[in-house]
Amino acid sequence: MSGQAVYVPGDDIDTDRIIPARFMKCVTFDGLGEYLFYDVRHDSNDNLTGHALNKPEFSKASIMISGMNFGCGSSREHAPQSLFRAGFRAIIAGNFAEIFFGNSINLGMPCVSLNQSDRNTLVSLTVEDPSISVEIDLINSTIKVGDKDFLFDIREGARDSLLNGKWDPIDELLSKSEDIEKVSTSLIYK
Amino acid sequence: MSKKNLFQKVWESHQVGQLENGQTQLFVGRHLIHEVTSPQAFGMLKERGLPVRYPERTFATVDHIVPTDEVNEPYSDPLADAMIKELRKNCEETGVTFFDVGSGKQGIVHVVGPEQGLTQPGMTIACGDSHTSTHGAFGAIAFGVGTSQVRDLLATQTLALSPLKVRRIEVNGDLSPGVYAKDVILHIIRKLGVNGGTGYAYEYAGDVFDSFSMEERMTSCNMSIEGGARVGYVNPDQKTYEYLKGKPYSPAGIEWEKAINVWSELASDEDCEYDDVVKFDASEISPTVTWGINPSQAIFINENIPNPVNLSGTEETSVTEALEYMQLEAGSPIKGTPIDVAFIGSCTNGRISDLEEVATRLNGHKVKEGIKAIVVPGSQIVSKIAEEKGLDKAFINAGFEWRNAGCSMCLAMNPDKLVGDQLCASSSNRNFKGRQGSPTGRTMLMSPLMVAAAAISGKIADSREIFPN
Repeated sequence: MSGQAVYVPGDDIDTDRIIPARFMKCVTFDGLGEYLFYDVRHDSNDNLTGHALNKPEFSKASIMISGMNFGCGSSREHAPQSLFRAGFRAIIAGNFAEIFFGNSINLGMPCVSLNQSDRNTLVSLTVEDPSISVEIDLINSTIKVGDKDFLFDIREGARDSLLNGKWDPIDELLSKSEDIEKVSTSLIYK
Repeated sequence: MSKKNLFQKVWESHQVGQLENGQTQLFVGRHLIHEVTSPQAFGMLKERGLPVRYPERTFATVDHIVPTDEVNEPYSDPLADAMIKELRKNCEETGVTFFDVGSGKQGIVHVVGPEQGLTQPGMTIACGDSHTSTHGAFGAIAFGVGTSQVRDLLATQTLALSPLKVRRIEVNGDLSPGVYAKDVILHIIRKLGVNGGTGYAYEYAGDVFDSFSMEERMTSCNMSIEGGARVGYVNPDQKTYEYLKGKPYSPAGIEWEKAINVWSELASDEDCEYDDVVKFDASEISPTVTWGINPSQAIFINENIPNPVNLSGTEETSVTEALEYMQLEAGSPIKGTPIDVAFIGSCTNGRISDLEEVATRLNGHKVKEGIKAIVVPGSQIVSKIAEEKGLDKAFINAGFEWRNAGCSMCLAMNPDKLVGDQLCASSSNRNFKGRQGSPTGRTMLMSPLMVAAAAISGKIADSREIFPN
């Protein structure tokens, strides 16, 4: 996959920041894209701030770049859902909080880990030319930008699922009906 | 037979098989749901025409959006009202037991599970809520999941997961008076970092966890996820059994005897292997307060706020960002920082022992004028027991508001919110930017007694000085 990338700086960006709790008062995920990073994209008078996500040159970005421990905190799937619904299809960060990572893979949205110096180079390239195309090659675990190649990390199982188009495990889980029942009856609790 | 830790034993007994991508299909014997992260999952099920496979293994309650100062429906917030009705309807249609607001058993899902006896040793427990790690206090493997996984659980009672590594965290020696389970876990997170636990289950052990009550163990396990660990647990022991005996959903009669036999084999074997072992000295821990915007940014009450000048790189950047947001002065004492709001409650510290520890010391004290102080019991049962013991009166006489059960100001999805840049002394678990409902609101995490000390002083104070006995 490839696309434009936008840099949202900072380590430990938590899911409350990605989607503040007050926007979770809903019974579907529809429309969540609108509230992505709401509190840093708006000031106290609800006017748009100078946040990167508000800049027209990054409005077409489909890849987000951030720091360490991205998506920490709450398990809310609303966070990757809001990213996805705002048009993001991949996240590049130092590393990821575990629940966020799993939720994102289940949506088919790769989360790839890149070391700090490569991240810095990548960020400066995208800041210099916001229209530059960033290509994430899952087969070779590389990010290609212009004439530069960076090697990234992603958990092997997650990569396989993404490459095979089987990121949503529900069909495989459902297919093991008898084995599930066996475990259920083997337990001392109902 | 090879020696195993509890995580490995519980994982093995719940494995259904291996999936194509190498992950484990894990059976989750107990599933807890609430109104925020379940409606979309029920929707996905309906879309595919799938039934709930084991409705008797899922239990529901409503906690995040419930108002704590109004009882009658419809609630003044139409969105909140729609959410409770949606959950009620989903439970009715699928046969899932719902501890509704009228049941007398409603409350925060991580308070309700244990008090109903739904949380037991050796179980796998999941909930669409990251603080599900709380249930690990009973020697269960309990963790938070996303909504698509809530769907997987409703449809199959299983999840696609990869096993975790296990880090044993021992806290040995004796805690000083005035130091609580909250201080212990804040200290652990401060030392190991907010992502130190990524990929790990934390096994809490040592003298301190051995002597902790079940509720204290729950407080510590609750915040495992704040250290990046999806799972935190304590090996079950006599205290675990005593707590569970006679609870509504605990095994009874001959089943109880059988359960004890199984449970007593669960604890990590002596000399089993761990992926990592970390040890702390209990005597070095003091009452702890967070000064920043993540739970690892914490110091002892007598320490000074860090100065970014003494730091470098990303650490310098993150301290600078935190101090700017918190409006705190680098290098100055944290003690004496003026507060606006005091909140006692949450799945971390909203249980009966938390409330009792504070209420019994309030005699002769008053909340400082101008400070809004609220107490939100973790469940209707906690509330009832507290009222029977007269704790509500002790709080009210001291100037606290006594509210109905729910998550309340921990994440402010109900009307209890900070306003503007108010600073809240809070017994909850997250001090993220905007966490308590105002985009510029500020949170300092601490034990319930430290919150009370702050409420009475109007500023961050040492509870050992405010309540010398």
